[in-house]
Order: sequence, then C-alpha cells, then structure tokens
Amino acid sequence: MSLLSNTAILLGKELRTEFRSRELLTTTAVFILIVLVLFSFAINPGTEEARQFAPGLLWLAILFAASLMFQSCFLREQTNDTLSSLRLAVSDPFAIFLAKLIANTLFLLMTELLMLPFFAIFYNIPLWSKLPALILVLFVGSLGISIAGTAISAISAQARMRELLLPLLLLPLLTPVLVVSSLVTGSLLDRDPIVQWKGIGFLAVFDLIFLTALWLFGEYLLEE
Amino acid sequence: MGKRIVLGAVAILLVIAAAYASFYVAPEERTMGLVQRIFYFHVGSAWAGLLAFFVCFIGNLMYVWKREPKYDWLGVAGAEVGLVFTTVVLITGPIWAHPVWGIWWTWDARLTSTFVLWLLYVSYLLLRTLIEEPERRALHSALFGIFAFIDVPLVFGAIRWWRTQHPSPVIMGGPGSGLDPTMRKVLLFSGLAMCVLMAFLIAERYVLEKMRSEVDILQREAEAQ
Repeated sequence: MSLLSNTAILLGKELRTEFRSRELLTTTAVFILIVLVLFSFAINPGTEEARQFAPGLLWLAILFAASLMFQSCFLREQTNDTLSSLRLAVSDPFAIFLAKLIANTLFLLMTELLMLPFFAIFYNIPLWSKLPALILVLFVGSLGISIAGTAISAISAQARMRELLLPLLLLPLLTPVLVVSSLVTGSLLDRDPIVQWKGIGFLAVFDLIFLTALWLFGEYLLEE
Repeated sequence: MGKRIVLGAVAILLVIAAAYASFYVAPEERTMGLVQRIFYFHVGSAWAGLLAFFVCFIGNLMYVWKREPKYDWLGVAGAEVGLVFTTVVLITGPIWAHPVWGIWWTWDARLTSTFVLWLLYVSYLLLRTLIEEPERRALHSALFGIFAFIDVPLVFGAIRWWRTQHPSPVIMGGPGSGLDPTMRKVLLFSGLAMCVLMAFLIAERYVLEKMRSEVDILQREAEAQ
C-alpha cells in the first residue's frame, strides 16, 4: 500500500519537525492553560454552576487552541515551498493530508492530556474514574477538529489575513463537534456519570463524513 | 435581457399577490392573531434561502469538476441571495417570537442552526474577498462551500439533539401537526413567490458577477501593457 507507507513517512517527518523544537506543543498547552484561568475569572469556579459550565469551557478552549495550532500546518511548507516537492514525491496527495491530520490529532491530544489535571484541579472535578471514556471522547472530538482543521488550514494558508481567517472559517464548521462533545463530556462529569454512546457515535460519523470529503476533494486543495 | 425583465416582473407580481393573500385570504389564527401572518413570509424565505444555498453548492461542485468561471459566478450568486433570504428569516423570526413566545431570541434548535448556516455563508463570502487570484479564489471558495454545505445537516442534527423549542413543521410534520387548508395554500403560494424572486435575484447577481469578472480581466490586460 503506497498510501499507507507514504503517510507513515510523512507522519514521521511531521513528528520529527515538531519534536525538534516542541514549539507548537508548548505554546498551545500554555494557551489552553491561560484560557482556563481566564474563564475562571469570568464565571467563578468551584460552585455548582461551574460544574455545568466546565465541559463547555474545556471544549471551547480546545477549539480556540486548535484554530491557533493549525495555522502553521501548511504555512510551514510555504517558507521553502516544500509543498510542491511533497506533491511530486507522493503518489496520492491524500497521504499529505492524512499525515498532517494524524500529526495534528496527536499534538492536540497531547496538549489536552497535559491540561486535564489542571482542569480537574481548577474546576474541582474528579476525572480519574471516568478517564477511559473521557479519553475516547477527547479522541473522536479532536479527530474531527483535526480533519476539518487540516482541510481549512490548506485554504486559509493561501489567503490574506490568514491568522484571522482560519478561526473564522473553522469555528462555525465545528459547531456540531463543540455541541456534541460538550454534552457528552458534561454527562461524563455529572454526579451520576453516563457514557452517551449516541453522542460518541455522532462524533465518529462527523469524522467519517469529513474524512471522506477530504479524500474526495483534498487533491484540489493542493493545486498550484 | 428580455427574459430577465419578464422574470423580474413575474417575481414582483407574485410577491405582491403573496402579500395580499397572506393578509386578506388567509384566515386569522385563533390564538396568535395578526402577527401570525408573518409566518407566510418567514417560512417562504426559509425555503428560498435553503434552495439558494443548494444552488451555490451545485455551482461549487460543478466548478471543482469543470473549472468554468460560470459555475463560480453561480456559486457566489447563490450564496449572496441565500444569505439575504436567511437574513429575512432571522429578522422576521424574532418579530413573530416576541409577542408569541415573549422573547426575541432563544437558543432553540432551528434558530441556532439557521444562525450557524448564516455564519457559514458569511465566512464563505469573506473568504472570497481575501484571495486575490481569480482562479484560486474560485477553487478554494468552492471547496469551502462544499465543506460548509456538507456541514449543514450535521449542524442541524447536533443542535436538534441539544434542544428544541421551535414549533414543529406544519407541512409534512409528525402526527398532530397540521394547517388550515387555506393557510396551507397561502403558505405554498408565498413559498413559490419567494422562490421565483430568489431565481430572479440569482440571475441578476450572476450577470453582475459575469460583468465584474470581464472588467477584472480587461483591467489586468491594461495593467500588463
């Protein structure tokens, strides 16, 4: 399978570039931390209401962080025009997207896991017992964010005002992910927690639909 | 030119007739009274708006496939006209809701989805203003338009699951929904009027975009010389 081997090589390249500097991971993690602290000023955490708001705030912070994190995804290739070499090197341009979106999902998940303890402490929410289900929700949600985000960052990289444009295009598109993952996380962190499989299924469907769209239309996004 | 004038005249006459029908032909609603009559324009505009976004989607798909500028013009025309009708929906909604529900706005499923839909197409039009090169602008906005349109049912599904307060559909709705036969006829008629108006506006906007792109090409040629 040339698609898989191409993707694996490109993914290796993405991860190597990032782990050489770890710039993206540290900046995003600190950004989420700042947002969580700022939210606490806005809503007075520790109260019973905070428990209700916290899942939504967590996902909002993730969404904002993602829309900043994905900026560099295609921009990085522009500096030395490496995108055209990548396009020549791989047989299927979908491999470029696949590698980038897997890398983005991994980076996003890493920062989320790094921030979860702070979230639990700041908002006084015990997470330990629901951790596996929570990680599952974080995974399907972040995967959806990364798939749409990778596609949109290929569009915004070509435009003016790209730093503003990416969140502008991406955030309305991700409304379904925000709504459903906040709900599912909310019922996980409730006093009597339940796993809402329907919501997790919805997120998986979202991922699948956008992955298919990216597979169908991705190559046009990379045209010169 | 002649065809467009005829279409325009038909659209205007139909809208006037629909206005007359919704004020004088349709019976007065028992509990809501006069304000209920905005419903014919509200729902009619919603249909026309969705149809216009569908036209935009078709234009986007055809552009990616065929790469002919005319599909790009169709895309931008559909998006702009759809946005106008959706704006009408978002304005007439609160006018009706304030006396009936007692509030201007509520984060109900259909209101929220319509608002997100509106935001998506505002982003689409903004994206178009931020890419200089015409072919790249056409291709990338078409691709975003496709993603946005795919997103619409997902937005609707997610928000519907989240909460709902909007009156359930009266046409092809579930059991217990229904509409007085005269009201139904007036609604279908004003829906038709809005759709013809929408077709007329899209045709006009299409021609405008065509002229604009011709001027653009001439300007580039003049600059190159």
